Amino acid sequence: MTKSVSRRDFLCSLGGCAAAATAVGCDNITHSKFFRSRFKELGEEELERILKELSTENQERFSNAEAQVSATGAQPGVEFGYALDLSRCTGCRRCVHACVDENNQGREEEIHWIRVLEMEEKHGIDFHHADPYYSPETVPEDGKFYLPVACQQCRNAPCVKSCPVGATWQEDDGIVVVDYDWCIGCRCCMAACPYGARRFNWAEPEIPAEDLNPNMHYLGNRPRPKGVVEKCTFCIQKTRKGEYPACVEICPVGSRKFGNMLDPDSEIRYVLENKKVFVLKAELNTRPRFYYFYG
Amino acid sequence: MKTLNFFGQWVAGSIRIVLTGNKLYYAWVAFLMACTAIGLWAYTNQLSEGLITTSLRDQVSWGFYIGNFTFLVGVAAAAVTLVVPAYLYNWKPIKEIVVYGELLAVAAITMCALFVMVDIGHPERFWHLIPGPGILNVPSSMLAWDVIALNGYLVLNFVITTYLLFRLFQRKEPNKRIFMPLVWLSIPAAIAIHTVTAFLYAGLISRPYWNSAILAPRFIVSAFCSGPAVMLVLMQILQRFSKFKIRKEAMWKISELMAYFMGFNLFLLGAEVFKEYYSDTHHVTHMHYMFTGVEGHDTLVPWMWFAVGCSFAAFFLFLRRKSRQNIVLMNIGCLLIFMGVYIEKSMGMVIPGMTPDTLGEIYEYVPSINELLVALGIVGFGGLMFTFMVKIATPILDGEFYYKEREAKKKD
Repeated sequence: MTKSVSRRDFLCSLGGCAAAATAVGCDNITHSKFFRSRFKELGEEELERILKELSTENQERFSNAEAQVSATGAQPGVEFGYALDLSRCTGCRRCVHACVDENNQGREEEIHWIRVLEMEEKHGIDFHHADPYYSPETVPEDGKFYLPVACQQCRNAPCVKSCPVGATWQEDDGIVVVDYDWCIGCRCCMAACPYGARRFNWAEPEIPAEDLNPNMHYLGNRPRPKGVVEKCTFCIQKTRKGEYPACVEICPVGSRKFGNMLDPDSEIRYVLENKKVFVLKAELNTRPRFYYFYG
Repeated sequence: MKTLNFFGQWVAGSIRIVLTGNKLYYAWVAFLMACTAIGLWAYTNQLSEGLITTSLRDQVSWGFYIGNFTFLVGVAAAAVTLVVPAYLYNWKPIKEIVVYGELLAVAAITMCALFVMVDIGHPERFWHLIPGPGILNVPSSMLAWDVIALNGYLVLNFVITTYLLFRLFQRKEPNKRIFMPLVWLSIPAAIAIHTVTAFLYAGLISRPYWNSAILAPRFIVSAFCSGPAVMLVLMQILQRFSKFKIRKEAMWKISELMAYFMGFNLFLLGAEVFKEYYSDTHHVTHMHYMFTGVEGHDTLVPWMWFAVGCSFAAFFLFLRRKSRQNIVLMNIGCLLIFMGVYIEKSMGMVIPGMTPDTLGEIYEYVPSINELLVALGIVGFGGLMFTFMVKIATPILDGEFYYKEREAKKKD
C-alpha cells in the first residue's frame, strides 16, 4: 500500500508526465488510470477503490446497473486443467461465439479467443494445411476434423517471459493473465506465443450496451481499451467461483472437459489418467495445461 | 564558472550556426521539417484510431516499424567500423571522420526509439519501463534488455561526441582519462545493441525462421555492410556542401572492409538457406514464402530476389580493388548494399518470420499509407537531427567555431 502510494506521489511529481496527462485533457478517471500501479502491487484498499471506480464506470458506460468488476483471487488447492476430445468436436464454433458473449470482446473487429482449425484427416495435425475460415453448409465434413485452439495456459509460458514490463503473468491456479492497465502494447508476447492465442485491440473495442456481460473480472472480461493485448483466461470470472468456462458449457457434443487437476475426483483428472492425452507443439517445452485426446 | 561561460557561448553559437545557412540549407531543413510534420499528422491519426491505421493484424503483428527499427540499430552499431580503426589502430584518415559516425549513431538510435514508440499501443505508458515507478522485466525479457542496451549506447555516443566537440570548442584536447574509457566502452556496446536486438527475435521458439543461432552474427555482419554504405554516401554529400573533408584512403579502407563483411554476410545467408532447404521441415515454409511464395502468396518474392541480387552485385563490385576505388562504382556499390541489406533486414526479416503465422495462416502484409507516412516523419526527424549536429560539428572540427575570450568579456 505505502509502496504504491509513494509510487503515485513520485509520478505526480514528474511535472512532465502530469502536464502530458493534463494536455490530453483527462478527467479524474483517466488521471487515476494513467497513474494506476500494476495489479500485483495494488494494496487491498486501493484495489477496492479501483474496483468500485471500474464498476461505476461500466455501469454508466453501458447503462447497466448490474455491471460489477471483481478481482477474485486464485483459490487455494486449485490448478486448472483443460482437455479437448478431438474425436467428438464437430467444428460448429459455438464455443467461439459463447466465448465472445461471455468475455466482452470487441464486436466490430470480432476478436475471437478461440480459433477452430479445419484439418484434413489424411494429414493429421498439420498447421500448414489448416483452414481457420472454413464455411460449409453443415459440419462436420467428411475427411475433415476440427482443432480448436485457444490459450494453452503454458506452465513454461513464452509470452510471460517476453513481456518487458511484467504485464502478463501466471496466477497460482495456472491461469496466465494480462493487466490491461499495465500492458504497453508492444506485442512481444504475441510474437512469442506458439499458439497464436493472443489478440491485440487494433482499434477501440466496441461492445453494444445490451451485449455486456455484467459479471466481470479485473484480469479477465472487463472491457479493454484499445492498444492492449488480451487472451483466454479460462473464464476467470466464472471458474474461480466454481463454474465452468463458457466454451465448456456451450459445447453440444461434450468434447470439452475442465476442472481442478489437484482434485483426484475431478473429471479432468479422470481424462488425464485414463486417456492418451497429448499437447500441441510438445517439442517446444511450453508444457501446456490444455490437453487434447481422442476419446 | 568558467566552464559555464564556455558552455553558454557554445550553446548560443550552436543555435546561431543552426539558424544560418545558404538557400539550399534552408530548403533542405524545410523539406525535412515538412516530412516530420506529415509524420506527426499521420501519427495523430494512429493515436486516435489505434494501430488499426497500420496494416498490422494479429497474424503479422510486427511490420514496417519494427523492420526499420532493426535496420537502424544496425546503422547505429556500424559506427564501430570507424571507431575501431580510428582509436584502436590510431589511423589518422579515419580518426578525422569518426565523430560523424558517432553522430550518425546518435541520430539512428533516436530514430530506433521513435520507431518503437510508434509501434506500441500505449506510448503514454512508457514509464512502466522505468525501474522504480515501473518495472523493467530483466533478465527474462529481451525487449527490456534492448531498452537498456539502446539507451546506454545512445547516452554513450551522445556523451562522447558532445564532450569531444565541447573540448575542441575550448581549443583543448579531450582528457584521455575520461575520453578513452568511454570510447573503449562504445565498442562492446555497439556489438551489444545489435546482439540484443537479434536475441529479441532469435529467442522466440514460436518463430522458427528467427529462432536461429546465427541471427545475431548475421545482424552484425550485415550492419557492417549497410552502416558504412550510409556513412560513405553521407560523407561525400557533406564534402560537397561543407568544408568537411574525407580522404580517399579513408574511403578505400572503408569500402575494403565492406567487401569482406558482405562476403561473410552472403556466406551466413547461404548457411541459413542450406539448413532450411536441405532439412526440408515445416520450417522451410518461411523461406519459401520469401523466395518462391506459398500457395500463390508471393508479395515479397520479387523484393527478396532483388535484394539478394543487389548484395551479390555489390560484393563483386567491392571485391575488386579497381572498382571499389572508382568513386562512381563505389557509390553504386553503396547504393546496392543499402538496398540489399535494407530489404533483407527490415521487411525481409520481420515479415517472413511471421508468415505463415504460428497456426499456419498466411496474411500478406503490405504497410498502409499511414504507416509509411509515420515512418517518413521519423526519418525526417532523424535527418533534421543529423543535419543540425553535423552543422555544429563541422566548424568546430575545422577550428572555425571556438571560444572567443573577447566575446565573453563584452557580455560581462
